[in-house]
Amino acid sequence: MSTRIETLAANLRETLGDEAGAASLDRGELTLLVPPAALVATLRALRDDRRLCFESLIDLCGVDYSEYGDGEPPSSRFAVVYHLLSVSRNWRLRVRSLVADERFPVVESVVGLWPSANWYEREAFDLYGIMFSGHPDLRRILTDYGFVGHPFRKDFPISGHVEMRYDPEQKRVIYQPVTIEPREVTPRVIREEQYARN
Amino acid sequence: MELLVAEIQNLTMNFGPQHPAAHGVLRLVLELDGEVVQRADPHIGLLHRATEKLAETRSFLQTLPYMDRLDYVSMMSNEHAYVMAVERLLGIEVPIRAQYIRVMFDEITRILNHLLWLGAHSLDVGGMTTFLYAFREREDLMDCYEAVSGARLHAAYYRPGGVYRDLPERMPQYTATKIHNAHAAADMNVNRQGSLLDFIEDFTRRFPAYVDDYETLLTDNRIWKQRTVNIGVVSPERAMALGLTGPMLRGSGVAWDLRKKQPYEVYERMDFDIPVGTNGDCYDRYLVRVEEMRQANRIIKQCVDWLRANPGPVIVNDHKVAPPPRAMMKQNMEELIHHFKLFTEGMHVPAGEVYAAVEHPKGEFGIYLVSDGANKPYRLKIRAPGFAHLAALDEMSRGHMIADVVAIIGTQDIVFGEIDR
Repeated sequence: MSTRIETLAANLRETLGDEAGAASLDRGELTLLVPPAALVATLRALRDDRRLCFESLIDLCGVDYSEYGDGEPPSSRFAVVYHLLSVSRNWRLRVRSLVADERFPVVESVVGLWPSANWYEREAFDLYGIMFSGHPDLRRILTDYGFVGHPFRKDFPISGHVEMRYDPEQKRVIYQPVTIEPREVTPRVIREEQYARN
Repeated sequence: MELLVAEIQNLTMNFGPQHPAAHGVLRLVLELDGEVVQRADPHIGLLHRATEKLAETRSFLQTLPYMDRLDYVSMMSNEHAYVMAVERLLGIEVPIRAQYIRVMFDEITRILNHLLWLGAHSLDVGGMTTFLYAFREREDLMDCYEAVSGARLHAAYYRPGGVYRDLPERMPQYTATKIHNAHAAADMNVNRQGSLLDFIEDFTRRFPAYVDDYETLLTDNRIWKQRTVNIGVVSPERAMALGLTGPMLRGSGVAWDLRKKQPYEVYERMDFDIPVGTNGDCYDRYLVRVEEMRQANRIIKQCVDWLRANPGPVIVNDHKVAPPPRAMMKQNMEELIHHFKLFTEGMHVPAGEVYAAVEHPKGEFGIYLVSDGANKPYRLKIRAPGFAHLAALDEMSRGHMIADVVAIIGTQDIVFGEIDR
């Protein structure tokens, strides 16, 4: 398996150049960091180059890094992560693109490269508010019709902002601010490495 | 003479979310020209529970039972992807016996899933009998789930580092009730006299004949073929571009199976074949799944033989990850502290990210897990196969009749637990 990964790493450098194609290897998986400006061109090369042949976009998701780790907030809050799969060459690649603008994160859409990106981008838009320019139909997908906000952002509370109930006086279902108190059952703790391992 | 030309408009129709063929809570907005589908727009999310967000507020172990509730007809396969992701981040090796148990239960799960799919698919296109037959066999397999984990559906049996406990030496027995008297209960207990492995082995001996029964009902059935042949054809190139995996991809003739191509656990030691289709239509996908059930049966047999001969531990001995044995916990202060810390604070997973995928009965089920070193996942993304499949529904059903949409939903093997997450 290791030789296959090495071949892929070498092919990436050959196709994209030494700097852009330098992928980091962690736990047997290659990750390529691509700036948003070069994203579509790079992904197109990854799909079309005969040494790489990534025919499938297996997954696409947003990540909100604003509460990552213990230290200060990271340089860019949002990232879009692509998981590519080559069926013919039998290898995988992760592509990460950090989105600079926190207020209005925009990435170019890859629906033109892989049609499977359509719903994945809608999902990332719905849950994280990341815009995909050039997407043919960027609607919400998982949340309710008329939902406000992007629920997977780290500053969105787990219990949400509104709750729904039937109002017997108005004889219809109404929205009202949530009445449950937020609580943390298990606090989040980061221990030092090798904690209590003698 | 005046010619009267009727103004023809496309009709928009709501299919679901309460339609019996919508497999749960699919709301499908169909744009129809007469009876021909021009556009299918699935509205999903009616079962959205934000599993990924919930995982961010729970410890790694508390997240595990949520996995059962994703694709609720192949529970253990979902757990498998999750525990594999956690194990890879932790960098731990699972005991070999646990790996065999996992492979065996993955294949039991595959049969469970395919039986439900077969029953539901044939019911959708008008065949009641297969549905009843399939549920008869599912009963036996769910008894295996129950024997090993105590739960018939949401097992929570796989744990990071192995499985919760070893296979039981005795199958649970039926007792006499108002409905079944002592004699009837004894009849039902005939193949439950030995261990769980005996029961599973007995099942693997019976099962090929059952599959033959289903095939007698369907494979050469004229109505079944009229409803499935040349319906929802996907070319291999298109299937890959649309992100189809599993039987949906193999039905189009691409021999891609993670169990063979990127083997995990002990799949490389197993002797089994990968069935592929030729035309990429609903009928080929039916044939692929039926053959997969036979192959799963073969794998289960091999696992049973190995598990009989090789006792051993089923979970790692690292008490930072897996709880200590109960008896030791009662006698030993150190173990008591480990137990307490593990079930309150939870395990700490080193910072990093990993994507672990398994060959789920429906396709590639992947878990993308980002950890920042805390006792909770920082980000968990579930790559559900059904999500990509349902996204392809529009393309697959264009130009077909409304009734064919039902067949295509059936062939996609849709379960909303995993699509809406």
